[in-house]
Amino acid sequence: MSQQESTQTHVSFRDYKGRYKGLFAWIFSTDHKRIGLLYLYSIITFFITGVLLGIAMKLELISPGKTVMDPATYNAVFTLHGVIMIFLVVVPGLPAVFGNFFLPIMIGAKDVAFPRLNLLSWWVYVLGALVALSSLFMAGGPPDTGWTFYAPYSFKTNTNMLPAVLGAFILGFSSILTGINFVVTIHRLRAPGMNWLKMPLFPWTLYGTGWIQILATPIVGITLLMIVGERLFNIGFFDPALGGDPILYQHLFWIYSHPAVYIMILPAMGAISEIIPTFANKSIFGYKAVVISTLAIAFVGYFVWGHHMFTSGMSGTALYTFSLLTMLVAIPSAIKVFNWVSTMHKASIQLEPPFFWAASFLFVFMIGGLSGIALGVLTTNVHLHDTAFVVAHFHFIVFGGVGFAFMGAIHYWFPKIWGRMYNTKIATTGWMMFFIGFCILYLPMFLLGIQGMPRRYYDYVDRFHGPNIISTMGSWVLFVGLAVIIINLIRSAKKGEIATKDPWGGKTLEWTVDSPPTLENFEEIPVVEKGPYDYR
Amino acid sequence: MNTESAIQHIHRDDEASKLGMWLFIFTELLLFAGLFIVYSVYRYQNAVAFSLAAEQLSVTVGTINTVILLISSATIAMATSAIRLKNKKFTIILLGITLAMAVIFMVNKYFEWMGKFEHGLFPSSDILKSMGNGDTLFYGLYFFMTGLHALHILVGIVLITIVLVRVNNNSLNDDNPVLLDNSGLYWHLVDLIWIFLFPLFYLIT
Repeated sequence: MSQQESTQTHVSFRDYKGRYKGLFAWIFSTDHKRIGLLYLYSIITFFITGVLLGIAMKLELISPGKTVMDPATYNAVFTLHGVIMIFLVVVPGLPAVFGNFFLPIMIGAKDVAFPRLNLLSWWVYVLGALVALSSLFMAGGPPDTGWTFYAPYSFKTNTNMLPAVLGAFILGFSSILTGINFVVTIHRLRAPGMNWLKMPLFPWTLYGTGWIQILATPIVGITLLMIVGERLFNIGFFDPALGGDPILYQHLFWIYSHPAVYIMILPAMGAISEIIPTFANKSIFGYKAVVISTLAIAFVGYFVWGHHMFTSGMSGTALYTFSLLTMLVAIPSAIKVFNWVSTMHKASIQLEPPFFWAASFLFVFMIGGLSGIALGVLTTNVHLHDTAFVVAHFHFIVFGGVGFAFMGAIHYWFPKIWGRMYNTKIATTGWMMFFIGFCILYLPMFLLGIQGMPRRYYDYVDRFHGPNIISTMGSWVLFVGLAVIIINLIRSAKKGEIATKDPWGGKTLEWTVDSPPTLENFEEIPVVEKGPYDYR
Repeated sequence: MNTESAIQHIHRDDEASKLGMWLFIFTELLLFAGLFIVYSVYRYQNAVAFSLAAEQLSVTVGTINTVILLISSATIAMATSAIRLKNKKFTIILLGITLAMAVIFMVNKYFEWMGKFEHGLFPSSDILKSMGNGDTLFYGLYFFMTGLHALHILVGIVLITIVLVRVNNNSLNDDNPVLLDNSGLYWHLVDLIWIFLFPLFYLIT
């Protein structure tokens, strides 16, 4: 290795000059940090698209009757919103962005186990996204089934289902590849001395997530492939006219798509488990309990899919079993919440933006979780099924839980990724607007749902008008908050103050390397002797 | 370590590659597991029709294909040993036999499918529709599952060809046999799935 190249490896990964220049230096880079950022930029783009679609829906609902779009457009908009947000944003979300960037650093490795596979999974992601979004531009118009692609409508509708379903199938592959990569990385590349119980909690949640990605995603893959077959060859798997069973589709779909919720939420919980000890300046309370609850959620999460189908027609036994198991999955989630709160108990807390996000995560996650209990109970479910209550519930979990954790994570790791500090006052203002907007947007939907307003309708009767106006206004507040946050971060990435190695006083390995990290992360692979949150 | 590989930070960890391959095999098994679930549900609902439809498939052709795949699995397993014994020539021969077997399997499959098409037995054909739902589902599953399996055979052919080329130009040798090992694992998986497809479609009548 010549002198020049050996000094090259000690510059930051962003300044490093490889074989390619410009854009190609990024899209052909096998560096896990660059891939993480590639994911970040793609996901943010899709996220903003999804948000705009959501705003459009809320605008339609500001008054009864047609406001800005007709029913067919509304159907297309909520389908696109769902497909983009679930398959392109939230499922890859934390693992692909922060998992890629920080998993190797946090376990003391130079890269993931399969760097080229890692790059491939980003390319597959982009391919899947392009295929899915091509449905917009072809004759027939965008799909209108909702992101669940329920049979038999998904192969009866004349809209462009095929690209959307095929795109989701391809995206599943990307997710599987990331999962395999992370599980192998964690098994093989932990730094010397880092045994399983010295591993930080974010990698632990990525480990649980990786297994869910491996074990659950193929099922939805094959299910979507069956829909493709159904549309292309009229096979009859889910078509009652040909002897097929649409309920079977729902089972197969949710066998994946419920665990997918845990693919989304587990890394979010992991990020929160990193943020809270750092800002509480305290070791996490009950490390082992948090680890075990992570694995318990990943495990029990497989057996609760039936709670999406309480009104679809199942035997009584199946109903009771799924309801019971749904209650059970609340226990490990609650254990985590208790541990986070206990970590903050009697701590001298640094009040910084990442902590605000983490604290508000606890708040919205509790509301989301408890409303989930209401939906998991058979009797209330019949009343609340397919109402705005369900929409509010899963937005509190998926947007409130995962979204807040994502925001927390980006504010927490920002100085490490870009090597610069952001303006914390503006960040706090942005957080506050976002949080308030979020509550104004979704809390009224619980009320609307209890009163009986169905989801996925572009119209409603007059008595639902009031809460809908409030909800729509909330979406504007949230949007302004989001704009403030994003502009602040973009500005700071270029012009912020230079950050130190460890601006927050974190104790995990990523805070021991340069900000931004060098190409190989560590000049020497560290030897780990202490647990991850050693604050004494 | 040369500079190029330092830049690409490729490091070699055969254990990791094997682990990754096994995880990938899990995902493949689960992919087919979804179809096996669908199969069992519809077989349970249409027991008689499935039984009668299965009698239409040629057990002989199915058996021949089973034997072909078993032999090819054996030869690729032998190839993984041969490369460790530094017997390049024999490795190439064994891989060649594996490839030939895979191609013969596909040829058989082609004629088998064509025969069905000639009898008007394909998804959404009028004849199939007139035969009722059980037969429609049976043949739907038959084409879908064996079709997906055949797709895996094709991927396997590509994979084994790559291995063959790399053994030939010495970039895959006894020091670095993990690609051959993983291709072998993949090929066994393809074989294993067929071992389940064969009784489900041909033998249970």
